Amino acid sequence: MSKLTMTARIYLAVVFVILYAPIFYLIFYSFNSGGTMYTFESFTMEHYAAVFEDTRLIVILINTVLVALLSGLISTIIGTLGAIGIVSLKNQKLRSTILSLNNVLIVSPDVVIGASFLILFTIIGVKLGFASVLVSHIAFSVPIVVLMVLPKLLEMNSSLIDAAHDLGATKRDVLTRVILPYIQPGIFAGFFLALTYSLDDFAVTFFVTGNGFSTLSVEIYSMARAGISLTVNAISGLVFLVTVLVVIGYYMILRRSDKDAKTEVRA
Amino acid sequence: METRARSSLFLYAVWMVAFVIAPIVLVVYYSMLDLNGHFTLANYANFFSWAYLKMTLTSFWYAFLITAFTLLFAYPTAYLLTKTKHKQLWLMLIIIPSWINLLLKTYAFIGIFGLYGPINAFLEVFGFEPKQILFTDFSFIFVAVYIFIPFMILPIFNALDKMDKTLVYAARDLGASGWTTFRRVVFPLTIDGVKSGIQVTFIPALSLFMITRLIAGNKVITLGTAIEQQFLVAQNWGMGSTIAVFLILIMVVSMLFTGNKTRGGRAL
Repeated sequence: MSKLTMTARIYLAVVFVILYAPIFYLIFYSFNSGGTMYTFESFTMEHYAAVFEDTRLIVILINTVLVALLSGLISTIIGTLGAIGIVSLKNQKLRSTILSLNNVLIVSPDVVIGASFLILFTIIGVKLGFASVLVSHIAFSVPIVVLMVLPKLLEMNSSLIDAAHDLGATKRDVLTRVILPYIQPGIFAGFFLALTYSLDDFAVTFFVTGNGFSTLSVEIYSMARAGISLTVNAISGLVFLVTVLVVIGYYMILRRSDKDAKTEVRA
Repeated sequence: METRARSSLFLYAVWMVAFVIAPIVLVVYYSMLDLNGHFTLANYANFFSWAYLKMTLTSFWYAFLITAFTLLFAYPTAYLLTKTKHKQLWLMLIIIPSWINLLLKTYAFIGIFGLYGPINAFLEVFGFEPKQILFTDFSFIFVAVYIFIPFMILPIFNALDKMDKTLVYAARDLGASGWTTFRRVVFPLTIDGVKSGIQVTFIPALSLFMITRLIAGNKVITLGTAIEQQFLVAQNWGMGSTIAVFLILIMVVSMLFTGNKTRGGRAL
């Protein structure tokens, strides 16, 4: 392992500082009693208190988490079953067509997804609000779950399934006791990614959310358009805390499953 | 085997028809409708008018600049990261900021670039007059690069990490200079990572609308901003869909260009 030169160290340090500076800048001023992001007057927790006292904001937070968990769960189920189905397809041409279509929503710009879903919901007659946001989040999370689960399924030795069948396992047993335990790390990775996609999404939600229903991203957008409000800073302090906890949790699970399988979940 | 395939594919197939195929068909259909819902090709004629062409070109120019700067800063970072001792840990630290809500990071720059923000305070120390950095091309490109850089670093890091190090030694032993080794060996071997990095930057950069609104203050109109404007402000879904069709075409071209080896846009 070659040693890094001084210039290289400084370059990396600058990149890290720039990446983290805006986040810590926000959190620093969330404790400012001055009400601006320019002059720090004195330490206060009032902006955090304001977040918890604002019932509207709390409802939005709950909505955001609820949408993330539900869409993560449902898209993981659809995506995992889909991946199992794709792997068992014998027709190579059909399989690669399906995989290309699978990637469409991943490479599509958010704005296009949002706009086309808006048309879709309007035509079907779905009222814009919780349902439309939840369905959209499920829709754009499914392909990423498929991409996370697929490599696990492909590396699985098919003789395991044959062996289970020979030993008298039913189809259901094969699925729940052979396939699912084996691809579990992929399923977890897919679920976590779906969660983060949902929590981070702004553009798609912005299109398909009606009046009356809002997620955190959309709410921050309207607050930011109105100008600086240190409540947003307090929210970012909380979001940062939760994010770091989730990242640590994610890596712990990944690590454990890595040790189990002795393989990497992701390239 | 076959029945299992069919039953487990059912939900997935429903998803694919309803949320992949139907939306594309609907966008194409709406792009051929006027405000009253009558069939027309006027939207396309409009799209090829000078005003829209100019907007498309500016949008491409900004996306190009954003992608170029992102690559310029991401490649050395990814390269140096692979040389650090605990590279997976450092990579994770690079990725964490990308998990923080996009809106919050953008919001931070409203303060940072503001008239009384830290950048202006810093410049004042050197005797510069404070000036508005927000709502300029610079601030727009800076924030966009800031947002995209982790997504560019990740695929390049993976490509560099997978590369066979002995090839570099071989090149050096055969007398290649550091630069030649990079140009003729390292870069070509990591081109796939660079390609997926460009793919996850360029198309999103074309379709940004939140950053243009908050940071560029409506001065920069990208294709994304135009779609949002047509759909949610002007309520002209036909014109909005026409621009969306154009973005879909660009996306298809880019998928062909990268040989369908997409590794997931925002994937960690």
